[in-house]
Parts: sequence; structure tokens; C-alpha cells
Amino acid sequence: MTGNGLVQLTAKDFKSDQEVRWCPGCGDYAILAGVQSFLPELGVPRENLVFISGIGCAARFPYYVQTYGMHSIHGRAPAIATGLATSRPDLSVWVVTGDGDALSIGGNHLIHALRRNVDITILLFNNRIYGLTKGQYSPTSELGKVTKSTPFGSVDQPFNPLSVAIGAEASFVARAIDTDKQGTAEVLRAAAQHRGAAFVEILQNCNIYNDGAFDVVRDEKDNRLYLRAGEEVRWGEKGVRMRSDGTLEIVDASAGGLLRHDPLRDDPGLAFALARLTWEGAGGVPLGVFRSVSRPVYEDLVHDQVRTAVEQRGEGDLAALLHGADTWSIG
Amino acid sequence: MSTKKVEHLDGVIIRFAGDSGDGMQLTGDRFTSETAALGNDLATFPDFPAEIRAPAGSLPGVSGFQVHFADHDILTAGDRPDVLVAMNPAALKTNLRDVPKGGTIIVNTDAFNDRTLQKAGYAENPLADGSLADYHLHEVALTSMTVGALKGIEGVTPREAERSKNFFALGLMSWLYHRPTEGTIGFIASKFAKRPEIVEANTRAFRAGWNYGETSEDFAVSYEVAPAPLTPGTYRQITGNTALSYGLIAASRLSGLPLFLGAYPITPASSILEELAGRKEFGVVTFQAEDEIAAVGAAVGASFGGALGVTASAGPGVVLKAETVGLAIALELPLLILDIQRAGPSTGMPTKPEQADLLMVLFGRNGESPVPVVAASTPSQCFDAAIEAARIALKYRTPVYLLSDAYLANGSEPWLIPDVADLPDISTSFAEANGEPFEPYRRDPTTLARPWAVPGTNGLEHRIGGLEKADVTGAISYDPDNHDQMVRLRAQKVAGIAADIPELEVDDPDGDAELLVLGWGSTYGPIVAGVRRARKEGHRVARAHLGHLNPLPRNTGDVLRSYPKVLVPEMNLGQLAMLLRAEFLVDVVSYTKVRGRPLGARELEDAITTMVAS
Repeated sequence: MTGNGLVQLTAKDFKSDQEVRWCPGCGDYAILAGVQSFLPELGVPRENLVFISGIGCAARFPYYVQTYGMHSIHGRAPAIATGLATSRPDLSVWVVTGDGDALSIGGNHLIHALRRNVDITILLFNNRIYGLTKGQYSPTSELGKVTKSTPFGSVDQPFNPLSVAIGAEASFVARAIDTDKQGTAEVLRAAAQHRGAAFVEILQNCNIYNDGAFDVVRDEKDNRLYLRAGEEVRWGEKGVRMRSDGTLEIVDASAGGLLRHDPLRDDPGLAFALARLTWEGAGGVPLGVFRSVSRPVYEDLVHDQVRTAVEQRGEGDLAALLHGADTWSIG
Repeated sequence: MSTKKVEHLDGVIIRFAGDSGDGMQLTGDRFTSETAALGNDLATFPDFPAEIRAPAGSLPGVSGFQVHFADHDILTAGDRPDVLVAMNPAALKTNLRDVPKGGTIIVNTDAFNDRTLQKAGYAENPLADGSLADYHLHEVALTSMTVGALKGIEGVTPREAERSKNFFALGLMSWLYHRPTEGTIGFIASKFAKRPEIVEANTRAFRAGWNYGETSEDFAVSYEVAPAPLTPGTYRQITGNTALSYGLIAASRLSGLPLFLGAYPITPASSILEELAGRKEFGVVTFQAEDEIAAVGAAVGASFGGALGVTASAGPGVVLKAETVGLAIALELPLLILDIQRAGPSTGMPTKPEQADLLMVLFGRNGESPVPVVAASTPSQCFDAAIEAARIALKYRTPVYLLSDAYLANGSEPWLIPDVADLPDISTSFAEANGEPFEPYRRDPTTLARPWAVPGTNGLEHRIGGLEKADVTGAISYDPDNHDQMVRLRAQKVAGIAADIPELEVDDPDGDAELLVLGWGSTYGPIVAGVRRARKEGHRVARAHLGHLNPLPRNTGDVLRSYPKVLVPEMNLGQLAMLLRAEFLVDVVSYTKVRGRPLGARELEDAITTMVAS
């Protein structure tokens, strides 16, 4: 028992009776375990937690978590979550999605949920491939990627999920790695505490169709650039400095004048620039919270209007509504 | 009161027609309000282009408003206008073919010049070439008399003065048909309150029109239409979309559930979103979504959370929602999908009515996916249809389609306002934990509905989704027999609603009719009117109307088989007829028209007469 009389839950309490059916070795196992072990510390009663997903490997997630859940249809989870969160602000609503689900078929719903700042937490498992349909390229697959549907290599410019989120006015944007238990927990903690739409990209290895996609940062821990508020942006011997024109450059960390991370900056420019640092360009992959700013929350505004209407006009009177202003009587 | 000769009429059909910017909808609305206040029965049909302002004076830019009023109960806005008010040559040209010979035409002569005639495609001025000799033509210099009457009002621009001409026309028509004027004077005062000079201008124009009728020798006679003997009670005028919106608010109250509307703007459904967005004091939450799919998705999310989830759209939007409706079928959650039908396919004719979405809402989804369908029959009946659709959705935990159309949406009629205490109880209950493991797909033995367990209920944590469920437990299942059973259970659940809806009522005065006319949806008015006409001619005709399209009333087959001939009029190419033939093996005959206009009483009379004789 905790001090407030609630039963202290453990990770086990968040395991459902369903057999987990991802491929052996899938990165999703680590994420599931990470979320289940994080949820107890959230302090939200199980019945007030809802996981909503679309379609894809990641979308099986809700079946395995002992909370309320909905495995919906391809791409639409943010829309369904928006309806639920808006009508039930008392709930803690989570969306679990993948790169195809969130950025292809559901791209429209993703960006609108973010710009509205609905109080939901979106976990995007990015494995840069379509797994459930057995290996076609996804909207995050790199140019030239050879897959079943791109035997001559992909000619599609990929999305950078964080760039999309920041461009869509997201108030919270973060990134973690499936196997990085501590980093994932930190990011989830911050995301869960954030009021408004929180967007978390989790780099996830698909060992069947895109094995090793993130080895450079998943296995090579030295290449991880952990962003921490108030601290210098640096990893290993390298650091990030801002040029006079506002662009970022990678320098020797000992050179000094390194950028200090400030996720609270209202202007999204710096978060966007950091999101553009890639292994290919910078030799490191930034992780952690890129942006966390306070913006009015959608459902707060919605229910404020309802409250104001009731205050100003009184509780709706159905008979008066039906009569309207202009009636006449017969007989 | 008028000093001129007064004639009594039992009913009149007037059509106001002008440019989109001429204020014809407002004029028609006001004339209708005056008519309602007088106690006539009435029906209206606003008919306007999808373009907000098509090029001035052009044929596509013509906007019309037809009002039918009478001293007896009437059912339609009328087939053909007795009186046409044409504000310009284009309005005359596009509407003349509907006016019967001998009808009255009032034209604004100021709008007839070389340029406007050319725009309307007239080689000769029809006012001068004798082509209107078969009509009672009143040539009225509406614009110049309006401008003249408004001289000296400070702050009114010449353009604004000209725009008051619709109130001149309204004043003239109000005189001609003895309409009470106080309501319109009051309306002008409140509508334009922010600009007193416009109040003055419109009031003066209105009075000038009235006075012109009284003094001009061109109008020798005025007409009276006595009040209709309607059922005693309090009435108001209401359009279908307003009635639908009120029905949803009432359903929310009657069920004790908050109303959540997810919608994306689309003609002719947008006014439901607009109406409900202004009713937040009823706890209504409206969500203008990024697209049609998000609109219905959010409604499903709200339903999952225990709200009355609703989405409103028209055909091109409803088709986008199909996959989500399928999800709601699998989830077995309540959901209302309003389809305000318009002429299709594709964008079609957005402001014009059609009934061609019936088979789409019945069958336009993947898999065996039965959905109850309710259809509204008149503008005011939209109120009851909304409550009925909600009742079925909540009781049977199912998505329900509610069909209306552009004719009902914008058309209006007097509505005998119901007593709130007489409205049905549609309350429902959420599942509660009882210590046993929760079984989300254990069904109520009578309704076959599954429990509605909303998040926030301790002990009922569960997962639902679009994957096939095991019966009772709701776990994912690929078991062949289980799937077969679940498909049949979902079908039985919807089919079983037949026991919970009224039997099909037949109007057959002598019980020996040789022909049954069976309709559904907004053809109600024209069918009743057409059958009346046929009966006056001595034909023995029975009539019935379907408000539930799925399931059909349980006696439908018996009714069909008890008449030698069955005629099914529809504003599509025979969709209900196809269903009836498939379901009951009855050789029904279709009467179909897809002109983007309501069916006419006279054409139905002709169809009935022909069929009786055959």
C-alpha cells in the first residue's frame, strides 16, 4: 500500500492474459517491458489508462497491457484517441503506432492531433519497414532501400518523424531506443507528465525485415547523443555549436562554446535543427526530450467553452430549445 | 386592410427566384414565417446552387425558394408554382418551364436590359415579344421603386438601397396574400440592429412594396388563404437539419449521455455541425475534424468512453467512413452516422436531393457487416428519427445509419412541438464489475447486445478491436467455427431489432385496394399527395411508408403479398425495389426519378393511374 491508500502496482499488474505474438527477438518486446515497468510509477489507476492503436506490428501492443485498450484501424488511432480524450479528460490516453501507421496512412490524423495539442501520448515505434505485411518499404525507409516492393531501391524521400512532429506544432517531442531501458523510462516519464500532445519516436529493431537498422546507435552506445535540459549538447569527443547564421555544426567538444539544451524554448527552430542531426550527417543520434513547451490543451479549451455556455445561458432547457423564438398556437 | 377585391383560395404555391445575391432565401424564409403565423399549413423547398455567388445574372447563379401554403393539410412544397417572382431574366428563364399556363409571373423590369437578357440567353426580351401571353404577367419596376422609396436615408449607399429590393418584393407578396406584417417588421429591426439605417431602409422597402400592391392598378385582386385546421397545440416552423440537431440533443438528454459530434463540413450536412456547435449549454461537444474519417473515428472514441457518439455527413463523406463503421460493428459500440443524401455519384449536385445512398449504407463495407438503417420522412420527423436511431444504437450497441436528404435538410414545415415529458426513455446502463472475470462479448440473451464497459470502471479493463473476437471472452480468435458463429450473431442481433420496431402501417381506407404504393424517406409527402389525387379520381390505392430500412418491419412481406400490385417510387434507380424483390420474391414495380428534385404529386398520380390500368 502507498501512503494514499492505493495498492502499489507492479509491472506484472500491467501484463494481460494474452500471449505476446511478436517475432522472437523483436524490439517491441523491450518496449512493452519498458512501458509495463514504467506504468506503476505513473500513479494512474489501471482503469483510467487507455491504449489505442492502429494497424501494424506495433498496433498489437494494447492487447498485452492490462488496461483499457482498442486495436483500431490503420492510421486512425490519433483520431479515435482525440474523441476519447476530448470527451473523457479524466483518462490517460496513449496511442501506440508505427512508422507506416502514423506517417503514411494516418499522417493526417497525426499532424492534426499534434497541432490541436490533445492530451494524449503518442508512441511511434519506428523500424523503417512494413513488418506485418512482410517487408515493404515505409515512409521512413532510406532512399535507395531495397525491399520487396522496391527491388531497385526506394526513390521516396523519407520522413524524419521528429521533423514532422515539430512542424506540426507538437508541444512535446522526444526520441528513445527500444533496448535503452533507462533512456526510454526517462522519456516516458517526461512524456506522461506533459499536458498536451506528447510525441515519442522509439527506434525499434525489426530483426526479420530490417535487422540492424539502428545498430549504429542501438549497439554502439558511444554514438548516442543524450539531450539533457541545461547541459551541453555533446557526446563522446564531439559537441554541437551554433553558427552565427543559426545553423548547427559538429565540433570537437573541447572547443568550447557548445550549445546548451533548452527544451522549453518556445521557438521550435532549435529543436528542429537538433532533430535534423543524423548518424549520416553528424555521426551521432540525438535522444531524449527535444522540445517540451506549454500550450493550451485542446480538451481544456473545449470544456471551458461548455462551462462558460452553461454559466452564461444556464443549463440547457430542452423544452425552451424545441420552442425556439417563433411559435404559434392552434385550438 | 386592403380596399380591393378579395378572393379566397384553398392553397397557393409561390416561387421566389433571383440571383444568388438577391436574398431570395431570406425573402422566402420571411414569407414562410408570416404564413406560419397566419396558421396555414405549409411546406417549403429552398433550391439553390452549390456556388456561393455564381456570376451575377447567369443561369447557374439562380437561387429559388418555393413555399406552398393552404387552408388544409399539405404534404409537399408543390409540383408547379402558381406564382413566380422572377428578379431577373435568368430567374425567369430557368423557372418558367415549371409555371403552368395561366400562372402568375411577377418580374422586376429594372433587371431586364440588353446585358442581362444576353447573359440569360434571351435573343428577344420575353416581356416584349409576346412569349408570356399565356401567363398573368405583372411588370414591376422593383429596383427603381425601392431606390426611390429609400431616398434621403442617411448612411445607405446606392448599392445597399438597391439590395433592399427583396423586401419590396416581400412587401408586395405580403399584400397580395394578406400575410401579417408585424413579424417581418420585428425581424428587420433585430436582424439589422447594428445598422439602424439599414433597418430603416428595409422597413421602408417592405412597406413600399405593400403599398404598391394596394395602390397600383396592376393588382386588382388580392387573395386570402384561411388558416388550416391543424391539430391543436403549439407549433413552430422547422427545417430537417434543425430538427435532426434537436433530436440529437433530446437523445442525449433522454439517454443521460453527453453528445459528441464529430463532423467535417459538407453540403448539405454542415448546418447540423453549426447548430450543435452553438448549443454547448446542453453539454454538447462538437469536433470539426481534419477529415471525414477522423470525424467518425473521434465519434467512435467518444462512444468507447461512454458518450453518444455521432457523425454527420453526406454521401461523399459517408463513403469515406465505411471502414470505421466496420470497426464499430466489430467493437459493438453505439454510433450514429447521419447521411444527408445528395445527388451523386462523386461530387454530383451537392445541394440537390437524391435517395441513392441506401444500398451504400446497407452494404458498402467489407465483410458481413449488418447495420440498422433509419430514414426520416419529413423535415419535422427528423426529430423523431434521430431519437429512434439513438435508441437502437444504445440498446443494441451498434452503429446506426440515419438517412435524410437535401430536400428534408433545407425544407421546412410547421411542427407540433412535442411535450418533453412525452419523449421516449432511451436510457442505457454501463457494465459494472461484479468480481468475476469480465467477459466483454457475453451477450444480453434478448437483445444480443454486449456490455458497454467504459474506461474508468475498475475491474473491467479489457481490450477490443477489429480482429475477430472469441464469443463471450472477446479474446482474439481465428477459430473457423467461432468466426462463423460471430458473423451469425452479429447478423441475428441486427435482424432481431425487427421485434422492437413498429409494424408497417398501411393506409388503405376501404381495405380493398388494387395497388399498394410503398415508399421510404423524403418521398413521403409527394407519395401521400399523389395517392390522395389518385383516390379522388376513384382509384382504390393503399399506401405505406418505411421508416426502418434495416431491419424491415416484421410484417413487410405480408403487406407486400396482400396486394395484387406494388409500386415503389424512389429518387434513385430502384434500390428499395431491388431489396424487396430479393428479400420477398415479390414483383414490385419501380417508379424512379433522379432529377435532383423531389418527386411530384402529379407524376405519382399518373404513375398510379397507369399501373392501375395495366
